[in-house]
Amino acid sequence: MTDDAPTNDGQRFDRLPETPDDREVEGRASRREVLDWFEERFGIEPDVFEGYSFWEKGAGKVWIFNGEATDPSEVEAIGMTLLRTRQEHWKPTSRAATRFGHRATTGVIELNPEQASRFVAGEDQALPAWDGDWGYLIATHEVAGERAPIGAGLYLYDELRSVVPKGSRADLPVVE
Amino acid sequence: MNPLERYEPLVDDAAAFRAACDRPLPSVVRVNQMAASPARVREAFDEEGVAHEPVGWHDGLFRLPDGNPGGNWPYVHGWTHGQEEVSVLPGLALDPQPGERVWDACAAPGSKTTQIADAMDDEGTVVANDNNLGRLSALRHNAERLGITNAIVTNQDARNFSTKPLAFDEFDRALVDAPCSCEGTCRKNPDVVDQWTLDHVHAVAGIQKGILARAVQATRPGGTVVYSTCTFAPEENEAVLDHVLGEEACEIVDSDLPVDTVPGVTEWDGETYDESVTRAQRVYPHHNDTGGFFCAKLRVGGEDEESAGEAGDGEVAA
Ligand SMILES: C[S@@+](CC[C@H](N)C(=O)[O-])C[C@H]1O[C@@H](n2cnc3c(N)ncnc32)[C@H](O)[C@@H]1O
Repeated sequence: MTDDAPTNDGQRFDRLPETPDDREVEGRASRREVLDWFEERFGIEPDVFEGYSFWEKGAGKVWIFNGEATDPSEVEAIGMTLLRTRQEHWKPTSRAATRFGHRATTGVIELNPEQASRFVAGEDQALPAWDGDWGYLIATHEVAGERAPIGAGLYLYDELRSVVPKGSRADLPVVE
Repeated sequence: MNPLERYEPLVDDAAAFRAACDRPLPSVVRVNQMAASPARVREAFDEEGVAHEPVGWHDGLFRLPDGNPGGNWPYVHGWTHGQEEVSVLPGLALDPQPGERVWDACAAPGSKTTQIADAMDDEGTVVANDNNLGRLSALRHNAERLGITNAIVTNQDARNFSTKPLAFDEFDRALVDAPCSCEGTCRKNPDVVDQWTLDHVHAVAGIQKGILARAVQATRPGGTVVYSTCTFAPEENEAVLDHVLGEEACEIVDSDLPVDTVPGVTEWDGETYDESVTRAQRVYPHHNDTGGFFCAKLRVGGEDEESAGEAGDGEVAA
């Protein structure tokens, strides 16, 4: 034991504390705050994430996992990346938006076929018609008769910026 | 020497075998059924004008005659993954169930890991291991794209894999999709035939034995281990099984793959192998118009809970 307060270790995965009161590592998000954030921002009910555990590795990157693991875990990856915390505006990963976005009831921007193609190609586009909140949104479009989330976007000053990571961008046809 | 010549004595129709090996293979995608049903993927392909054909023996596979499996909306949504037809077989033989603990010993770039996670309905734990960090980053990319949340990724030499970083020390099932000489992939990657050497066959066979032995050790009694390769070389297939049967408590069981296969061989190049290697299955390119493949399913010996009960009864099988 040392006298030092526990710090965030970028080399391993640590489970998020249950509530802010359980927090031992400075700046670490708690499970409660993550659940609240998804509920406030996207209307995703906390029970969607029941059974999943949340972990931090690196400065503020939160991972979501649905299996058994030791705490801490010294492995390469545990589940998938969910959210970037330790910054003023938390940012959902584009993959998390794809994976859980169908449960969202707010903060969802529906794109038409042409807008969807531009979004997935990584382009920013003017979309002044949006009258919801600014910030991170889940972009969706219709495929095979149902809404399907494409990824996360950042809405600021009448413009939707695609935050689809470079490796996941694609030039896809406009499907009317 | 063309290594394919070496296997002509093993096949029923050498000319058809060689002709099939020379034909390119169509692109195939597997549906990630935790994200979308095959019917929805088919509808999305139709809307987008992506040509597709069914694969008779598996409704979650589509052939894409125009290629480019990653250039369409279903792929971007994480509904599909480009994966050769035969590459789906070991996952079917493994038959992982939701909630189990599964080890994918040689996992990168993750085609089979993601298939396993899907079969588990993303519940339980799949430990995806590979000793090649660069290939693991491709695995992580695939797992994230497909939205898999039940995988742990480790970077170890599978021959002496340690369960220390895990929350448990035994698996219900393990897959060894071993590094190999890969002639079975010649229809996709003709270079493998030119790069083939007998020295490599012998070197890689040693690694395969070590990994398969470790997989049997790390799996609970009564659990399942699947061994697969994309080579025709008996040195890397039946000889590896024969070796591990001799060293570890396990037996080969039938795996009933849904394609035309022939039994494993018991003799090769002056060596003979345990009779039970005939339960392993060889997949030749000319039988199903696929790549070449080898797959065996093992049951780990020792007493599991069920067989312990039976043994306690004494004279069950009089
Ligand atoms: C046939 S590939 C696996 C393909 C993978 N199962 C899939 O479906 O995408 C064999 C893998 O074994 C890995 N490998 C080779 N030697 C290894 C060892 N000693 N321990 C762990 N992995 C090893 C290679 O890096 C390679 O990624």
